[in-house]
Amino acid sequence: MWNAPRPIPAVSFVRGIPARRRLLAMAACLGLALPAMAQDNAFKIGLILPMTGPFASTGKQLEAGVRLYLAQNGDTVGGRKITLIVKDDTGAPDVTKRIAQELVVNDKVQVLAGFGLTPLAFASAPVATQSKTPLVVMAAATSTITEASPWIVRSSFTVPQVVTALADWATKNNIRKVVSLVTDYAPGIDSEKYFSQRFITNGGQVLETLRVPLRSPDFAPFLQKVRDAQPDALFTFVPAGVGTALMKQFAERGLDKAGIRVIAEGSVTDDDILNGMGDGVLGTVTAHHYSAAHDSAVNRRFVQAFMKANPGMRPNFMAVGGYDGMRVIHEAVKATRGAGGEALLAAMKGQIFESPRGPMFIDAQTRDVVHNIYIRRVERVKGELWNTEIETIADVKDPGKAR
Amino acid sequence: MPTLVFDGIAYGMLLFILAVGLSVTLGLMNFINLAHGAFAMLGGYLTVAFTQRLGVPFVPAILLAFLATGLVGAVLERLLYRPMYQRSHLDQVLFSIGLVFMSVAATDWLVGSQQQNVHLPAWLQGRSEFGGGSLGMGHYRLFIIVVCALLVLGLQAILSKTRFGARLRASVDDARVAAGLGIDVNRVFSLTFAVGSGLAGLGGALGAEVLGLDPGFPLKFLVYFLIVVAVGGTSSVTGPLLAALLLGLADVGGKYFIPKLGAFIVYALIIALLLWRPNGLFSRGGSGR
Repeated sequence: MWNAPRPIPAVSFVRGIPARRRLLAMAACLGLALPAMAQDNAFKIGLILPMTGPFASTGKQLEAGVRLYLAQNGDTVGGRKITLIVKDDTGAPDVTKRIAQELVVNDKVQVLAGFGLTPLAFASAPVATQSKTPLVVMAAATSTITEASPWIVRSSFTVPQVVTALADWATKNNIRKVVSLVTDYAPGIDSEKYFSQRFITNGGQVLETLRVPLRSPDFAPFLQKVRDAQPDALFTFVPAGVGTALMKQFAERGLDKAGIRVIAEGSVTDDDILNGMGDGVLGTVTAHHYSAAHDSAVNRRFVQAFMKANPGMRPNFMAVGGYDGMRVIHEAVKATRGAGGEALLAAMKGQIFESPRGPMFIDAQTRDVVHNIYIRRVERVKGELWNTEIETIADVKDPGKAR
Repeated sequence: MPTLVFDGIAYGMLLFILAVGLSVTLGLMNFINLAHGAFAMLGGYLTVAFTQRLGVPFVPAILLAFLATGLVGAVLERLLYRPMYQRSHLDQVLFSIGLVFMSVAATDWLVGSQQQNVHLPAWLQGRSEFGGGSLGMGHYRLFIIVVCALLVLGLQAILSKTRFGARLRASVDDARVAAGLGIDVNRVFSLTFAVGSGLAGLGGALGAEVLGLDPGFPLKFLVYFLIVVAVGGTSSVTGPLLAALLLGLADVGGKYFIPKLGAFIVYALIIALLLWRPNGLFSRGGSGR
């Protein structure tokens, strides 16, 4: 791959002919004119992921998912060679935005993809709108992201989809009173809001809404409060890594023996780390759109191929978001023979296919994903911990959009 | 309510073990070592490695973590810290905060950014309840309290009763005169620094279960260490102990009774305390100094 001549800073500022001439001159000087021509055949995707920092595991899973799809389905499609440009945004929104701009302006990518966290997707939305570049959100899960730009398509999931399904399940299973305990950041607050709304509409009672600061992982006082409130269940959403500590202290404090159940958003028992969480998580009920234990031929093939390509790593919902996101792009490139912009976006909308997660559909109106939500229980199968699916709620649209 | 007090004490004791090493290096050696948390993190990661990779039982593992971290501390003291003793406090702060960032990045690179899990032996899991459930004591938290109490007694005895304690206090008061009396000041400092780092490692080893352990650990808890040292003063072992207990109780109580303000209560309390006694609760020579 021919790297854009970074040494000339003028390229990024001066748009138009002079810069292009300089570029060409530079290329000619270096005798690189030929690769530069061949590059026209390339269909470039800018994949922006948090590869370092606290969310590095998100980036790793996403990239592995994307690469697996390309490895399985070939990187030449519709006469174009798909080229990935992977960039690390360290999970900082201003960095994501700057990288998105660079990718669009300097590298001339035709699709922006990735986006590990909600703020990262929001920061980049204006870039997609202004440059008319389709942007595929493969991870971030806040409901309103797809409304931030008409160029955004999502292949991950939305928090309201998951927690409203969980609220319905809880009501059906004789859970009348809950205490909600979420981490005090956007997805946590989102899940608290949508869960409580649905649960109260169903006739349930939310005794207490607790928000744990991101930086204070000792759950002792919060869990003591939960215990004293004596709910039927604890509803929780915390970032995956923190979930381990929460579940351990939950058991240590004897809440399970006090008859309190745990129902959680599925990221808490993230497949990536579930097996290391220990027996404390056994029996935890969660709702999510993907479990590596999903029982289908497509998923078994996916999990097997993924674990072969990435030894020691189990695919989680991030990997599937990347895999399916790449599928959406791949198929759209095939259908439009590499045309970018509007045509590509149109070809992404309305795609229906079977993902490792089960049937899935990109809603043409909202550009958001419609898929099954599964209620799962953590069980030990063949010596390892898995999220076993126990119930399916078919074709869930994002309730955040159904207003 | 008794449960809450118990939790607060356990949390405070943990903070004490984590911070006491810093109080030793800062108070006795007059060196500002913001990288203290990095040693704590090292202790935590070593414990995870010992128990899970090498199958060492938990208690020997935390002792090994203490020794290994102390050893690393001694080596770093010789190579990196000693030249910094004579420099200004600003230089020391910049130097040690640089070390913190390097340790964060290095840990991230070596073991990844995910949370580490410590697997406790069965006898440390579970809890006992007294008074009809009004006092529930988690066994692990009880263990922390016991370890901490032993540490306090031990440290106090070493500092006030032993020959080494006397040498250390002499070296701190006037290094030149102490050297003139035949005390090997460098060796005393080196040993003190090693023990301080080792204690941080022990704190990290014990704390991983309760506080979580990821590469951001030294930064996440830096503020807490500094609060313990700032409020407790650096002249004794009991000062930081009381400060840590106060901090633990306020933190746990605040989060329980006013969860919306939970994370903030501690800081408000510290601001109030420091306005009242700018030199800390137990500063040498009282509040007038």
